[in-house]
Amino acid sequence: MTTPVSANSTPPLGSSFDHAAAASGRSLWHLAWLRLKRNRAAVAAAIILGLIGLMVIFGPLLSQYDYATPHWERISAPPSMETGHFFGTDSIGRDQFVRTMYGGRMSLMVGLVATGVALVIGVAWGAIAGFAGGRVDNVMMRIVDILYALPFMFLVILLMVVFGRNILLIFVAIGSYIWLDMARIVRGQTLSLRQKEFVEAAEALGVRSWVIIWRHIVPNLLGIVAVYVTLTVPKVILVESFLSFLGLGVQEPGTSWGALVNAGAQDMEFAPWGLFFPAAFLAATLFCLNFLGDGLRDALDPKDR
Amino acid sequence: MRYLVTIPALLMLALVLSACGERAEPESDVPVQRWNLPEVIFTEDGRPDPSILAPVQVLHRGNGTQPQGLDPHVTEGVPSSNVQRDLFEGLLSRAADSSIIPGVAERWEISEDGFTWTFFLRENARWSNGDVMTAEDWLFSFRRIVNPATGSRFAILLNPILHAEDIIAGRRPVEDLGVRVIDDFTLEIDLEAPNPLLQEVLTHSLASPVHRPSIEAHGDRWARPGSMVSNGPYMLEELAMQSHIRLVRNPYYWDNDNVIIDEVIFYPTEDLSAELMRYRAGELSWTYEVPNTQFNWIQANLADELAVSDWLGIYYFGFNTTREPFNDPRVTKALSMAIDREIITDKLTRFGQRPAFAFTPPGIPGYEPPAPEWAAWTQDQREEHARALLAQAGFGPDNPLRLEIRYNTHEDHRRISLAIAAMWQQSLGVYASLINEEFRVFLNTRRQRAVTEVFRSGWIGNYLDPMYFLELFFTDNPQNDVGFFNPEFDRLLNRAARAADLEERLGLLREAEILVLETQPFAPIYTYVSARLVKPYVRGWEPNVLDQHPTRFMFLLRQDPVRQGAD
Amino acid sequence: MLPRYILKRLLGAIPTLLILITIAFFLIRIAPGGPFDEDKALPPEIMANLEAKYNLDQPLVIQYFLYLGSVARGDLGPSFQYSDFTVNELIAEGFPVSIRLGVSALFLALLFGVLIGTIAAWRQNSRLDYALMGSAMTGIAIPNFVLAPILILLFAVYAGWLPAGGWGGGAARNMVLPVIALALPYMAYVARLTRGSMVETLRSDFVRTARAKGLPEWKILGKHSLKVALLPVVSYLGPAAAAIITGSVVIEQIFGLPGMGRYFVQGALNRDYTLVMGVVIVIGLLIVVFNLIVDIIYALIDPRIRYE
Repeated sequence: MTTPVSANSTPPLGSSFDHAAAASGRSLWHLAWLRLKRNRAAVAAAIILGLIGLMVIFGPLLSQYDYATPHWERISAPPSMETGHFFGTDSIGRDQFVRTMYGGRMSLMVGLVATGVALVIGVAWGAIAGFAGGRVDNVMMRIVDILYALPFMFLVILLMVVFGRNILLIFVAIGSYIWLDMARIVRGQTLSLRQKEFVEAAEALGVRSWVIIWRHIVPNLLGIVAVYVTLTVPKVILVESFLSFLGLGVQEPGTSWGALVNAGAQDMEFAPWGLFFPAAFLAATLFCLNFLGDGLRDALDPKDR
Repeated sequence: MRYLVTIPALLMLALVLSACGERAEPESDVPVQRWNLPEVIFTEDGRPDPSILAPVQVLHRGNGTQPQGLDPHVTEGVPSSNVQRDLFEGLLSRAADSSIIPGVAERWEISEDGFTWTFFLRENARWSNGDVMTAEDWLFSFRRIVNPATGSRFAILLNPILHAEDIIAGRRPVEDLGVRVIDDFTLEIDLEAPNPLLQEVLTHSLASPVHRPSIEAHGDRWARPGSMVSNGPYMLEELAMQSHIRLVRNPYYWDNDNVIIDEVIFYPTEDLSAELMRYRAGELSWTYEVPNTQFNWIQANLADELAVSDWLGIYYFGFNTTREPFNDPRVTKALSMAIDREIITDKLTRFGQRPAFAFTPPGIPGYEPPAPEWAAWTQDQREEHARALLAQAGFGPDNPLRLEIRYNTHEDHRRISLAIAAMWQQSLGVYASLINEEFRVFLNTRRQRAVTEVFRSGWIGNYLDPMYFLELFFTDNPQNDVGFFNPEFDRLLNRAARAADLEERLGLLREAEILVLETQPFAPIYTYVSARLVKPYVRGWEPNVLDQHPTRFMFLLRQDPVRQGAD
Repeated sequence: MLPRYILKRLLGAIPTLLILITIAFFLIRIAPGGPFDEDKALPPEIMANLEAKYNLDQPLVIQYFLYLGSVARGDLGPSFQYSDFTVNELIAEGFPVSIRLGVSALFLALLFGVLIGTIAAWRQNSRLDYALMGSAMTGIAIPNFVLAPILILLFAVYAGWLPAGGWGGGAARNMVLPVIALALPYMAYVARLTRGSMVETLRSDFVRTARAKGLPEWKILGKHSLKVALLPVVSYLGPAAAAIITGSVVIEQIFGLPGMGRYFVQGALNRDYTLVMGVVIVIGLLIVVFNLIVDIIYALIDPRIRYE
């Protein structure tokens, strides 16, 4: 390495990860699972997340309303069991419950897909750089360093301005920016895995590089990737809500938690339910994902306990 | 329990929100006496009695976006104009109720053939550095506006003046402009054609005078504190970008004795909710707008500070008639008829906007906007007729019409577009999808008339002339986004532009408007209102259809130290 | 060694900035609509006058090199939207505001984040730990465009303690709410990072030794452990600084502050090409400098790292 940057700026979640243990097979996963089960905060978070997921998928079936039809006689109506508007209605009389569920689908989907994009690019990039080493590694990581210094949020705003509100683009734009972290973590892991006996043995046997990467390196990265995913999804959801705030989010009548929260904040004093329900779902999801991520990291770190 | 840390946090959020919610409820039942103000007493000369005036006369005005700049010839937009109207005074000016009053010109005469206007200037008019204003200043200013090198965006407003159009296009030298200096205090303007509404143009902030020596000394940077010399009731003291613009009294203004407010500060307030908060916290005494989304709250808590009046503007949905099937008037008529305008004004906009059936809004003296016959029908009758029309055009349950509505990013446009899409779906079985575009993208696609099908739009009059509205449908107008084409309409407009008699002009324009309403290349939705919050101690302004409120006529009442029931 | 290292790093930033300028330049230019499109369409003659005035009538590639040339001379060009001003002047006004806001928020986030994280680690898995980390997490879970209006409502409108908006020449009163709203999410991240590495450090051998020696607890925490535990926090500062500057776009808009972030969003919406480019370049530079500072601090804390 030519500068201390790359080494320093590896996010801390990689630093406490023990590579030897990660490479040592099934018993690690079993231990991790046991540790995770003992972490009651993480378990609670996982359960709540599961419930939110189920609600978002099946919740709309519980309502007699759909997410797009306005009801002129019920504008900004408060929550009520009798009318069936469990979460009230929005400023043109659409059912807020169903919209919150639809918004959840969108937010979670943006979160998962963008993270997926980041994962594919990041893992591939990091594993190749780490495995190849030398000049290839140097060039690849220099590119990451350069991209790292770009104000990406600003470029995403420009992209949105140029290409309009295209959901696919939101995924790609966000994903193509957060893969940088992933690439760095994976590269660090790969570098150390490369020194391990089983990799050296495979090389000595003449196994082709990409096979080694795919069969030996990538599986050993799963733990750290899992942690990374749970901590990245909430970041992406927040970025999406930030774009919604700037009016660059999802097209109507589609919606997302960010868009709902933003609309709700416009009239939070008179119709606080418009803000409260989507904000509660958004906050709970971000909360639980963060707790689960922390729990996973603790569980995968054998030094713990 | 102690592991479920999410719960306390969510509770916190809930508490905060419910605290906000509860606040509004009790106040809505009992109107709170917020201010203890003296009654306005006028002295014999019609001025407010000094005993009732606040000792500090500083007005804090919310002013929308950051003005582009303060050079009246180059910039455009309502926020810039608001500031420029306090800084500069034209030949003619407007009173608090927006009626035309003498400005720098004390009086004016129109020649019998209507081609020449003569202006007699005040001899006591001064620039803010004390220089005397002469007719030469006006000649310089008018030439500067039409000079292509100035890059004025709205120079075309001066088109009624002889040769202005050719000069702007670079086909003639600026010296050919039909403006002449007779002597130091007499100015003559020659017109292309008699135009009784020239006086409307001359009150526009574009037609403000500029101070030649300071422009020659400072070039493009003259419109800044320290180098700007203006001739209006106020002069520029401070210009802090994105923060505020502070104007102070111009001691050389000819009517300075009657100006009461010493200082006026304009604040950029793009975020309407944030503006409302600043108003409620007492940092602003005059808002630029109010957020429609907070109508309920304002109605319950600030109803007595809400100032609403008709505004000369039309909100409409345009159809791109250069595209199938919108080139079929039956389709556009059906779509227009199926919009329940009352739902939109009663349920969505709510601040007193009126359902519209014509393009020209009411409020222009001597002009009664025409209305199609179906304006008098019930909504059910309109919808029934609309379905029949659409069926004639070949659309029905078997072959539903599918279309796209484009709107630029804004909370109100979003809600209205959603509502209209739902109405078309419910009453006509039309499938409308919504496309939200950022403003410049939206303007661009709309202007190209290629992919755009149905678009949201609005048009606000800068002066009282139906021509300002109807010329939007003139064949060659770059603004003709609906692609309307009717030679008869163009002929009527051309004749109206040359009519020396006001009544004749308005009659011809009305005929033209009836023509364009027949095919409905647009669906008028409602006429605008201006709605803002004004602290009760701000007086001297009057509601008017142009929504122009010069600070010069305003004053602040003394507030008694005891504020009852205030927060 | 240090000056040479700094110079090397700054030279290394040039390709980054070039790439940034190139991407941003062409992105904003392919956006539909131009700087002079308004609700009222301009007649073609006037449009031509304006485009000639700003060199917009030249081929795009020529414009690009003209622009690079003027940037190299330190001239960011005239603003299209705010026609009385140059971009240099606008940034000169907006930059100090954004920086004061960002640095104050960063400082606040660090101070309280480290404090909360240390206490939580010290009492790991106690009620205190969960309460502290739970409330810190609210900062992450509630977007600041929701938090900011709530803060304004509570402290400015209801209580009347602080102004609801405006810069007030940078008065402390005006800074309190925006800085808090801006700092909260980062405070939460810092608290989590500190807690994580502190927990680890407290388990390490040298802490055990120190405890065995009977050193007072505050000394172990404050003097020995914190320095080591802060390493991940310091490496987070680079990205955090960049994110805080981006985050201030929202805060500036809600509080009506005259910072650079607002120029960026408005510049992008108004197609004020030069203004957008100017802000992007300044922010890019800022990130480079921040990363450099972070690396230097890092080396100061961790003696194992040397400049090559």
